[in-house]
Amino acid sequence: MIKKFDKKDEESGSGSNPFQHLEKSAVLQEARIFNETPINPRRCLHILTKIIYLLNQGEHFGTTEATEAFFAMTRLFQSNDQTLRRMCYLTIKEMANISEDVIIVTSSLTKDMTGKEDVYRGPAIRALCRITDTTMLQAIERYMKQAIVDKVPSVSSSALVSSLHMVKMSYDVVKRWVNEAQEAASSDNIMVQYHALGLLYHLRKNDRLAVSKMLNKFTKSGLKSPFAYCMLIRIASRLLEETEGGHDSPLFDFIEGCLRNKHEMVVYEAASAIVHMPNCTARELAPAVSVLQLFCSSPKAALRYAAVRTLNKVAMKHPSAVTACNLDLENLITDSNRSIATLAITTLLKTGSESSVDRLMKQISSFVSEISDEFKVVVVQAISALCQKYPRKHSVMMNFLSNMLRDDGGFEYKRAIVDCIISIIEENPDSKETGLAHLCEFIEDCEHTVLATKILHLLGKEGPRTPCPSKYIRFIFNRVVLESEAVRAAAVSALAKFGAQNDDLLPSVLVLMQRCMMDSDDEVRDRATFYMNVLQQKQKALNAAYIFNGLTVSVPGLEKSLHQYTLEPSEKPFDMKTVPLATTPITEQKTEIAPIATSKLPEKLAPSRQDIYQEQLAAIPEFQGLGPLFKSSEPVQLTEAETEYVVRCIKHTFAGHMVFQFDCTNTLNDQLLQKVLVQMEPSEAYEVVHYVPAASLPYSQPGSCYSLVRLPEDDPTAVSCTFSCTMKYLVRDCDPNTGEPDDDGYEDEYVLEDLEVTVADHIQKVLKPNFGAAWDEVGDDFEKEETFALASVRTLDEAVGNIISFLGMQPCERSDKVPENKNSHVLFLAGVFRGGHDVLVRSRLALADGVTMQVTVRSKEETAVDVILASVG
Amino acid sequence: MDFMALEPSLYTVKSVFILDNDGNRLFSKYYDTELYPSMKEQKNFERNVFNKTHKADNEIAFVEGMTIVYKSSIDLVFYVVGSAQENELMLMVVLNCLFDSLSQILRKNVEKRCLLENLDGVFLVVDEIIDGGVILESDPQQVIQKVNYKADDNPLSEQSVAQHISQKLAKTSTVLQSAKEQIKWSILK
Repeated sequence: MIKKFDKKDEESGSGSNPFQHLEKSAVLQEARIFNETPINPRRCLHILTKIIYLLNQGEHFGTTEATEAFFAMTRLFQSNDQTLRRMCYLTIKEMANISEDVIIVTSSLTKDMTGKEDVYRGPAIRALCRITDTTMLQAIERYMKQAIVDKVPSVSSSALVSSLHMVKMSYDVVKRWVNEAQEAASSDNIMVQYHALGLLYHLRKNDRLAVSKMLNKFTKSGLKSPFAYCMLIRIASRLLEETEGGHDSPLFDFIEGCLRNKHEMVVYEAASAIVHMPNCTARELAPAVSVLQLFCSSPKAALRYAAVRTLNKVAMKHPSAVTACNLDLENLITDSNRSIATLAITTLLKTGSESSVDRLMKQISSFVSEISDEFKVVVVQAISALCQKYPRKHSVMMNFLSNMLRDDGGFEYKRAIVDCIISIIEENPDSKETGLAHLCEFIEDCEHTVLATKILHLLGKEGPRTPCPSKYIRFIFNRVVLESEAVRAAAVSALAKFGAQNDDLLPSVLVLMQRCMMDSDDEVRDRATFYMNVLQQKQKALNAAYIFNGLTVSVPGLEKSLHQYTLEPSEKPFDMKTVPLATTPITEQKTEIAPIATSKLPEKLAPSRQDIYQEQLAAIPEFQGLGPLFKSSEPVQLTEAETEYVVRCIKHTFAGHMVFQFDCTNTLNDQLLQKVLVQMEPSEAYEVVHYVPAASLPYSQPGSCYSLVRLPEDDPTAVSCTFSCTMKYLVRDCDPNTGEPDDDGYEDEYVLEDLEVTVADHIQKVLKPNFGAAWDEVGDDFEKEETFALASVRTLDEAVGNIISFLGMQPCERSDKVPENKNSHVLFLAGVFRGGHDVLVRSRLALADGVTMQVTVRSKEETAVDVILASVG
Repeated sequence: MDFMALEPSLYTVKSVFILDNDGNRLFSKYYDTELYPSMKEQKNFERNVFNKTHKADNEIAFVEGMTIVYKSSIDLVFYVVGSAQENELMLMVVLNCLFDSLSQILRKNVEKRCLLENLDGVFLVVDEIIDGGVILESDPQQVIQKVNYKADDNPLSEQSVAQHISQKLAKTSTVLQSAKEQIKWSILK
């Protein structure tokens, strides 16, 4: 067999792979010679190598054949050939999971691990621990303890590292070896030190005090291993972060001291730790930045990379701290390692001035095709940040982005570009047309459905309002002809928006719609039919309600309500107003600078916070029959942070009631609270109907109690109220160690801060993508207008912020952003009032001496209008 | 790249692999079972890394959210992979240790044929440098001493041929022997 391979090998010349044509069955056949006496070490060695090679190539071994080979291999322990024995250990490790009964070699390995041959002992320990489980571990515990403190470094290291692997499985056993690990930590060997430190930390990491003591000891004793130093720095910075220790703590001094270590690895670890600390001041950063600056000119690529990557990180938060390195970074922009060059350029884009932007962009575009997708995303993010900083540069950027869009690249990369273009369009009205044109061109040849639908949605939203909407129709209709179902459906929706907004385009849109009604896909046909019928009515209100602004209810909520309705059929038609609203849409938030590392977790569709509350409240019998939950507020703290009891309140609004949920935490370990409730004294005509106490509140386990309040029916405009709150409970003292409570307790109470209910609690935010259409749809039946003077407010920004937070409504059309250097501004707010009526507010602001505000409110119901005007006044 | 995710730990190396100049796997080891659990994902990753790195010997790269340090020699490329947050210099120490140890074992002939002829030595060296993702040893001298491996002076092929022949010879001699015996007995009869 072997001869055959060799022959082939010689024929095909040097450089070919002698293992290339191995067949599993042939190799296993050969493995029979393991049983021959005397053992031929050379041949056996070669066969073991082949087996491991096959496993390494991903060859699948069945359990039976693996077990057979494994058992044959055990015979090789009779040979004293060193390399052969070592290969046996490796085979054991490789086969531990595929062969049965691997524990058969336990005694051979135990013999080797305690034997005289030092060469065998370390590897034998590692192989043994690989096949050991918790019960067997106890049997070899004595040997492990001895091995950890063995004077031969390789034995001690192997035992420590194997123990570390075992911690996951048998924490309780390994925990007992702390003393031995402690002893090993004072070894002279640098690797033993490092491994002992790692094991000790893993055993103690949940005990902050022990970690802190350990750090204290090792930072003073001066370890020799650079690895151990890196580990210490990581532990120290973690401890600092957990304890929120100030930067005057000895731990910080230790990390800073490591900047002067003689090993580059340690210096870099320390600098990186300082850079990543939250709320570091520029002065504290300075020493770290200056060592990184030195690394920038290192001949080692890895060191330059590490340095510039970390500086890039610093530049995100403290661009000014990095400006000192600009010269060094400039030298790196032509680095042959493109990763380094990219990072240097993106860092410079953050720290440099507006004038250098053009030059840097030119440089980067020369090699953008050579770098990996991850770094292209970094570049796009840098551009995105730059556009926010220098809005005037958007034409350069837009050009660059559109070139990048044309290049090859993965989904993440394209998505980053599209997001970036969209954010530029939203920030700069001037760039809208060029941006849309680039995107149109992109969807002509776009393989990512998600991006195509996203862009079509944007076209539908922005396209009709551009000076020349007709030019987008062609791009959109092309999608209907060429793409997959999801994209076609999105294209139909976009088309409908053009028809609804532009009367002169309506006839052509209707013709196109007609064609879409022949589509092969149900969803596309349904949409086309629906829009066709709506559009043919030619009514503004219908267009607004069904084409521009769509549904505002939460989808899971709608599903549940419909299901409920089908279970209990009634005469009444299904009422949309009983469906809970979707909580604040998050579409308008800015895209944060996402981390480079693309997370592998798929994005889960988590139920919204409000859906969770709805479930929880529905489970309490007292709260049944309140109807759907309308709105849940953010938690309000009713105590200081560091008090005996911590209480926060969440206000849940229903159609005619409010439920106050008090989340209480008992921070006293010698008390058990029972029958906890919060008594509320309203200032207005609110009526407390019911209290649901929390049965018991043990130390540090949060519990909730509830109060149900009926809203005044006779006076619907009474929307604000102040409650004075007192927490009442039964105290039972208990043993802080065991938690065992005394038999009898006593009543006690604790005064909390007052709780305010405001108009914002009665209004749910709703985003109307097309405010104008919604405004027309509601109509002026109950329109009211009033003018107010806001004397105490100095700027328009401040006024806008105040109004939004006071009314708790959703700003639309990005009107929450006040353009610079303007004296007047119009704010559009949309919301739904308790009971399900849309409320729209248009607020004209003018800046003179203070801010003058003219508020116009529209709704389909008069109360809502009155409430808002009354509360503003 | 979120630094908060970095739990202080000895588990530094996510993976080590050696590819030839066509990107074929000669040796590879994955220490984090959650990262690329299947052989297909592993090979895809290796292919991806190879495509990003084989053009220029740039020492360090960032692929699929992983920091990769690498070094090439004639028709081989050695890779060490760590998480995005990992200290790049630590990974470099591992890579250098691996390369220097192998170079010593292979008597400076760090090329594919020689490597494959001493593949058992490669397995043993890696086993001494990294154990389950933990850096076990970083000094090449120590590694060599622990492995105590001697490269073949006369590669297995020649030796086994010699062996084969001697076996054959032995066999013929026994045959001859038995024939002689038989003749002897037949004459005696």
